[in-house]
Amino acid sequence: MLVYLIRRLGQALIVVAVMATIVFLSIYAAGNPVDILANPNADPKELAEVAARLGLDRPLWEQFGLFVWNALHGDLGRSFVYNESALKLIAQRMPATLELALVALVFSILIGIPLGVYAGLRPDSLAGRSIMSGSILGFSLPNFWIGLMLILLFAVELRWLPSGGRGTTVDVLGVPVSFLTADGLRHLLLPAFTLALYKAALVIRLARAGTREAVMQDYVRFARAKGLSPSRIVLVHILKNIMIPIVTVLGLELGSMIAFAVVTETVFAYPGMGKLLIDSIGRLDRPIIVAYLMLVVVLFVVINFIVDLIYAALDPRVRLSDARS
Amino acid sequence: MIRSRTARAAVGFVSSLATIGFVSGASLAQDLKIGVASEATSIDPHFHNVGPNNAIRRHIFESLLASDSDQKPTPGLAISWKTLDETTWEFKLRPGVKFSNGADFTARDVIYTMCRIPTVENSPALFTSATKGIAAITAPDPLTLIIKTSTPYPLLPLDMAVPGILSASFHGAGPDLAFKQGGCPGLGTPPKSVDFNNPANVVGTGPYKLGEYTRGTRILLERKDDYWGTKPHWKTVSFRPLTAAGPRVAALLAGDVDMIENPPIQDFDRVKQAGLTIVQGLSNRIIYVHLDQFTGPDWKTPGVKGTDKNPFLDKRVRLAFSKAINRDAIVERIMGGVAVAAGDLLPVPLFGTSKDLKPEKYDPDGAKKLLAEAGYPNGFELVLGSPNDRYINDEKVAQAVAQMLTRIGIKTSVDSMTASTFFTRRNKFEFSAYLAGWGADTGELSNSLVALVATFDPQTGFGGTNRGRYSNKAMDEVVRKALATIDDKAREALLQQAARMVQEDVGIIPLHFEVTPWAFRKGLGYVPRVDQYTLAFEVKPTP
Repeated sequence: MLVYLIRRLGQALIVVAVMATIVFLSIYAAGNPVDILANPNADPKELAEVAARLGLDRPLWEQFGLFVWNALHGDLGRSFVYNESALKLIAQRMPATLELALVALVFSILIGIPLGVYAGLRPDSLAGRSIMSGSILGFSLPNFWIGLMLILLFAVELRWLPSGGRGTTVDVLGVPVSFLTADGLRHLLLPAFTLALYKAALVIRLARAGTREAVMQDYVRFARAKGLSPSRIVLVHILKNIMIPIVTVLGLELGSMIAFAVVTETVFAYPGMGKLLIDSIGRLDRPIIVAYLMLVVVLFVVINFIVDLIYAALDPRVRLSDARS
Repeated sequence: MIRSRTARAAVGFVSSLATIGFVSGASLAQDLKIGVASEATSIDPHFHNVGPNNAIRRHIFESLLASDSDQKPTPGLAISWKTLDETTWEFKLRPGVKFSNGADFTARDVIYTMCRIPTVENSPALFTSATKGIAAITAPDPLTLIIKTSTPYPLLPLDMAVPGILSASFHGAGPDLAFKQGGCPGLGTPPKSVDFNNPANVVGTGPYKLGEYTRGTRILLERKDDYWGTKPHWKTVSFRPLTAAGPRVAALLAGDVDMIENPPIQDFDRVKQAGLTIVQGLSNRIIYVHLDQFTGPDWKTPGVKGTDKNPFLDKRVRLAFSKAINRDAIVERIMGGVAVAAGDLLPVPLFGTSKDLKPEKYDPDGAKKLLAEAGYPNGFELVLGSPNDRYINDEKVAQAVAQMLTRIGIKTSVDSMTASTFFTRRNKFEFSAYLAGWGADTGELSNSLVALVATFDPQTGFGGTNRGRYSNKAMDEVVRKALATIDDKAREALLQQAARMVQEDVGIIPLHFEVTPWAFRKGLGYVPRVDQYTLAFEVKPTP
């Protein structure tokens, strides 16, 4: 296991280094921030001063070298637009996005697993079929459309929920969170549901397939023959065995929910990291874009690690095979 | 790009599918919530010289001069100003004005502010344009300010309407504070931009003070009850950044905000049906097409095919170009009537504009004739560059222009892209014809002339946005003379003369002036501002 982890760590570092280079070079090619940020009335001398203040007057290799050097010291640059550390700005927005992603994850599990298991146990029933066709909608409807429809129905038409933004926050260990206040939850409901819908459809499919496979297995028949109650068979024996693919997929999907909740955050004007990224791309605020993408790379690497660990916990065969290799 | 696509899609859905319920104006009577299209990036009034920041600034920090909705300068912290001689200005300051910390406003605060402006660190756009012409500032008494300029400089009062005034005593200026270009003695340690994130450090003379600044979520302002001027109606004002148009409209329809900036034209009917009000007013922004008129050696006009010369050096081709464009059709069909066809570079009644500079008449036959006379009976091919997320319906306007040009034989295709890419490429002269916009933030024609049509000169900064590199030396001279003429009447006449010279030359192709819309719930009123600012203290309840 240890050897395996060390090998994985080495791979991860290479991935991070390659990504850093690609991200930095591609953003460099995307356009000159001075053209966007400087006052249009500025004369060439002032433009040169702006470039110098933002460090954009140096040659590319020097800018890249400086970036790498600072990154190794934990500094991913300073936002051109906000004049603050890019990491700090992203960190300020992170609780909002994490909260949204985690609530969405809970939604997708709560919706997806019961429906999926049910559809797997009764594949030919009307309910089972409806669940499956319903899940196709979850896949195929675009995220922003669902978001807009929910806004129109619940915010504009019924006026039950706010149309967007983040609710009142309370500090927990210095981190502002909104899911502990009623107002915060009201604001979270629609965006989290929007974000969860696609994942829920995915979970339904995985859970159904897993369940259908599991009910055919000998251990389930044996348990049934032994006279165990159906609920115990489903909740303990089947559920545990179908969880591995679901955890894998949800782990990866959690990463993408955190990193790319961009569309949902935009539709709901939700002040998360994705919104910051989109605004920064529009303003060519390079340090934030680079820092964000670097964080995303690190995030995915970490999530993959954790998924590997959960595998080992769920399935003793993984532990054993790694110990042997 | 993602943002604009989402926004556009969102807008489409809002307008096509929404069924809108009854909208009640049931928010607190003393509380105003505004959804803004772009967020101020800093509370520091001198960090970034850009629209959203300058709009927020006016609530908290005032400047010597203010401007009315037509961008005419009006008294602010200065009650009067006049020239003593060609290079000396005297400003009489308003007595009895207090900062939010209780300190009196005096000439020292102005000197401190002018000294602090160049010291702001890491700024993407400093306010030094307002201070660089100043040679000396003295204060014979606490309420009189004498400003000396190095050359006759008629725009000084306009410049003094730009920077917000900080408190010298609050920020720790020394007793020996004095103005000096290149570094003032007695400045102390000027505040850093991030210091202003803390409301306790935000001390201004304006009608509001900062209550809370949560980036990305809201800026909360609280009314200052001892304000010297007319007390604004709203006790608290919150600005919520709603950058995508669809969600912005939805927030207004849902009653989450009372007022929004820039509702998209496509949603006007929907908004009106919901019982909401839309007001619109002319802005100082012109949408134009610039044509490559560079005469330097070895210049190949990029995107022009079918001829080995630069066709735009011929005035007849430029005139044909202008005649080929049906401005009224663009305004009616693409802008939904929310624009005004342009002949001049700024709309009447702004300073320097002339009522008789009319938009070029649509005349495709005349255009074809001119093209043939110029030696292009079969036209030529052209690529028109345009941003697709910067101005109202910018890409659609470019498409329309391209079709109209194709009709007279100039086979035009549009190359549109996101603004950040577009401006970088345009500044490298990659388009022989491009569509863009220019907002004259001083509200005076001199600004547009210097930026758009004066001969491109990296040394002096003239023609900074003249990326078609149109050049008329005689016109340059007139502009230069205007910029050194203190007398307003004489200066205005010179600016009008220069604008006429540009029109005769067809140096630039004006398309239309943008019109800025605001939408709000019933019971509110707002007089549209030419400078496009949303100022909460000018939002009034209507009976």
